[in-house]
Amino acid sequence: MSAVTAHHDHSHADHAHEHDHPKQSFLYKYIFSTDHKVIGIQYGLTAMCFLLWGFFLMMVMRWSIAFPGTEMPLFGHLMGERWAPGGVVSPELYNMFGAMHGTIMVFLGVVPLGFAAFGNYIMPLQIGAVDMAFPKLNAWSYWLYFIGGVLMMLSFFLPTGAAQVGWTNYSPLATTAQIDVKNIFFTGQTQWLFSMVFLISSSLLGSVNFITTILNLRCKGMTWMRLPFFCWAMLVVGFLLLLAFPPLEVAAVMQLADRLFGSSFFLPTGLVEGNKHLDIAGGGSPLLYQHLFWFLGHPEVYVLILPAIAIVSDVIPANIRRPLWGYKSMIYGVLTLGFLSFIVWAHHMYLTGMGPVVSTFFQITTVLISVPSVILLTCLMISLWGGSIRFNSAMLFACAFLPMFGIGGLTGLPLAFSTIDLYLHDTYYVIGHFHYVVAPGTIFGLFAGIYHWYPKMTGRFMNETLGRLHFWPSLVCMNLLFSPMLIQGMAGFHRRWHDGGVAFAGTSSGDWMGIPLLRLNEVMSFAAWGLAIAQVPFILNLFFSIKGGKKVKSDNPWQATTLEWATPTPPGHGNFLQEPVVYRDAYDYSVPGAETDYSPQWLPEGVKPEEKLTHMH
Amino acid sequence: MTPDSLITLATLNKLLGIPALASEHGEMVDHMLELVHWFMLLLFIGWSAFLVVVFTKFRQGKNPKADYHGVRGHASTHIEIGVVIVEAILLLGFAFPLWGQQSEKYPSGNNVLKVRAVGEKFLWSFQYGGTDNTLGRTALKLIDIGTNPPNTIGRDMKDPNGKDDFVKVGVMTLPVNRPVIVDVTSKDVIHNLALVPMRMAQDATPGVRSHAWFKPTKTGSWDIICGQLCGPGHSGMKATLNVIPEKEFDEFVKEASDTAKAAVEATPAPAAGAAPAAH
Repeated sequence: MSAVTAHHDHSHADHAHEHDHPKQSFLYKYIFSTDHKVIGIQYGLTAMCFLLWGFFLMMVMRWSIAFPGTEMPLFGHLMGERWAPGGVVSPELYNMFGAMHGTIMVFLGVVPLGFAAFGNYIMPLQIGAVDMAFPKLNAWSYWLYFIGGVLMMLSFFLPTGAAQVGWTNYSPLATTAQIDVKNIFFTGQTQWLFSMVFLISSSLLGSVNFITTILNLRCKGMTWMRLPFFCWAMLVVGFLLLLAFPPLEVAAVMQLADRLFGSSFFLPTGLVEGNKHLDIAGGGSPLLYQHLFWFLGHPEVYVLILPAIAIVSDVIPANIRRPLWGYKSMIYGVLTLGFLSFIVWAHHMYLTGMGPVVSTFFQITTVLISVPSVILLTCLMISLWGGSIRFNSAMLFACAFLPMFGIGGLTGLPLAFSTIDLYLHDTYYVIGHFHYVVAPGTIFGLFAGIYHWYPKMTGRFMNETLGRLHFWPSLVCMNLLFSPMLIQGMAGFHRRWHDGGVAFAGTSSGDWMGIPLLRLNEVMSFAAWGLAIAQVPFILNLFFSIKGGKKVKSDNPWQATTLEWATPTPPGHGNFLQEPVVYRDAYDYSVPGAETDYSPQWLPEGVKPEEKLTHMH
Repeated sequence: MTPDSLITLATLNKLLGIPALASEHGEMVDHMLELVHWFMLLLFIGWSAFLVVVFTKFRQGKNPKADYHGVRGHASTHIEIGVVIVEAILLLGFAFPLWGQQSEKYPSGNNVLKVRAVGEKFLWSFQYGGTDNTLGRTALKLIDIGTNPPNTIGRDMKDPNGKDDFVKVGVMTLPVNRPVIVDVTSKDVIHNLALVPMRMAQDATPGVRSHAWFKPTKTGSWDIICGQLCGPGHSGMKATLNVIPEKEFDEFVKEASDTAKAAVEATPAPAAGAAPAAH
């Protein structure tokens, strides 16, 4: 295999390089690093900051929803009179925070954490590579993301404020919003588009790098059917990013042209704004934008979920001491899922009106995609049967992921069927559905990954007590936050109401089990703020454990089987002390006849794993 | 097939707090919602029960040695096939026919009322066909608030069908038990005409002519919701849906239509084909 030979040379060259220059300057070692592990941690820390910021925006929105028209304590006056007169959240501020909450959580938080951070740190280790295939491209990818993120943040401080038309940024609203200004260039809407161009370019570079690395840099013996499921999922996500994101980049550029240069890709003839006809040629279609957006938008959902499933698929076998059940079915499942995710996008557009042929096609594909999803979830659950389950913090999050992601998946079912989707579309039912998928689903998976791999990254464990203080309140608050959304949605509560539905009190004043539906807003808001408090133990744990956590006694503290645990702790530049060779399947736990209950991939038959702790230097 | 004749299921919908229904096809919508939620509940209970058993039976303290082989047998395959079959039934038996009926089999005949709903920031206007029950043509280009009275929704005043048309702002009045076809469009940005008790919603996209139909089965008054983010006034973009007895409705149309016709005849028609100047 020529790839392996190439990798040999590469490895030696790198080692030689390392011995020649053992000391890199701080700047190049930690800031402009090309080491996949440093870049992974950079991605992780940046993404977690964005997650916190996105969460904060939502907490302000939740005040407005629960207590519309009243002064927000503590933060109300910080927003300034322009956005929160008298400390009361204005509809403009609500819309701005709403749009940015979605944008930040999806593009700056979850994707960079799930795919870029974990993928960067773990994947090359798991395949036995010394680094990514293109280390400089990798650094570029991070810095483009960083620039995109900074642009997005700066747009909050423009006179117009940041973008305010939802994370979907539909034309014509997105095109005609904030055009009554001196310089249309310095508006939140325009900067949103510029930022998106950077973010998508970043993920494009990342995806090319991931795909090439997984295809070419697997170490000797790492055949496709020995590849950890984590890497399989990353490969699929790489293809999703490669093929689905460019259409949105195109859409962003076209919308930019509409805003800045007077084109009309997405603007129809005779469009009116403020009772005046816009001075445009017209002839465009707002529906074209929606198609481009959702062609990205749906695969994007799997870009969010798959890294979490990938992490959980590694955390579970290590903590149940038995192999993944249905490893091969999961691989075929994830490949099918990746393919199908490209042909379901118009189920986001049933509302626009479509004929029976088109709708039949998209209803079939949408229902079909539930099959591989159910296969993945079922395999993970069945894996637990017969295990010897070790409930550490990572495992708690991984276990909670299963039913929570399950609720997210199940509540997607009614939305797959066009006629009943019309009733539920754009209601809180949809909000509840995708938050179950992304918050207690995906984000729980990501937490599991942090607790699981932290000892490899730092040489110390995170504190288990704090881990439990993080887990249980988070689980309770997430459910108190998202399950009432399903009930409100069934009652016809629509999303994006800054007053939580007060204006429609006549229609929506029903009650559920004696609780007025509007009162549920307060329950959800308190749950959201409670959720914020529940993250405090995590943040403390994350930082204090670096120096204060219990030290690991072995390079492989969980007694796991995959290659990342064969490296020194923490792994240095170049990763492995000697060329790794893979002898067996990825999840060989409790193999009958073996002396220990784990048989690492890097040890030949009959060799007993030794527990030792090595440092790179 | 009347929905009542179908098996009456226990009411998960009611448990979830679905509001009272007021349209004909809505019964099928509710029925399908009910079925799908039962299916979801069943799967969720199954998963949860399995997880509870697993988490207690196989914890390290109780089961110190894991079993390499785990589950043998094909229970999961059978469950998977079961899921596929139920989903196929939902698609073939419910989803396709329902969408076919709502998107293709539009009602026809004199009995069918046609209304045009035009969204703008942040209100709805409703154009009625008048006594001839035929909607006059409209075009975005013809919108001109400089005329007297202002042509707010871009009516083509030369269209003879439009002479007796009239426009009501903020209130959509419909007769009970008559099918209604609503043309839904917008002047500025995308809105959505969401009629919760009718179990109907349709995007109002500028430049796109879309339509939907339903048949109100109850008289009453409800809020009309705008279901697509349309700007700062979105959460207050509200209109009223009044469903009234047919006789009252006919009187309402006749009166409004006669007034409109008289007004059109009193004022000279604008010059042929002249597009209003951009302001």
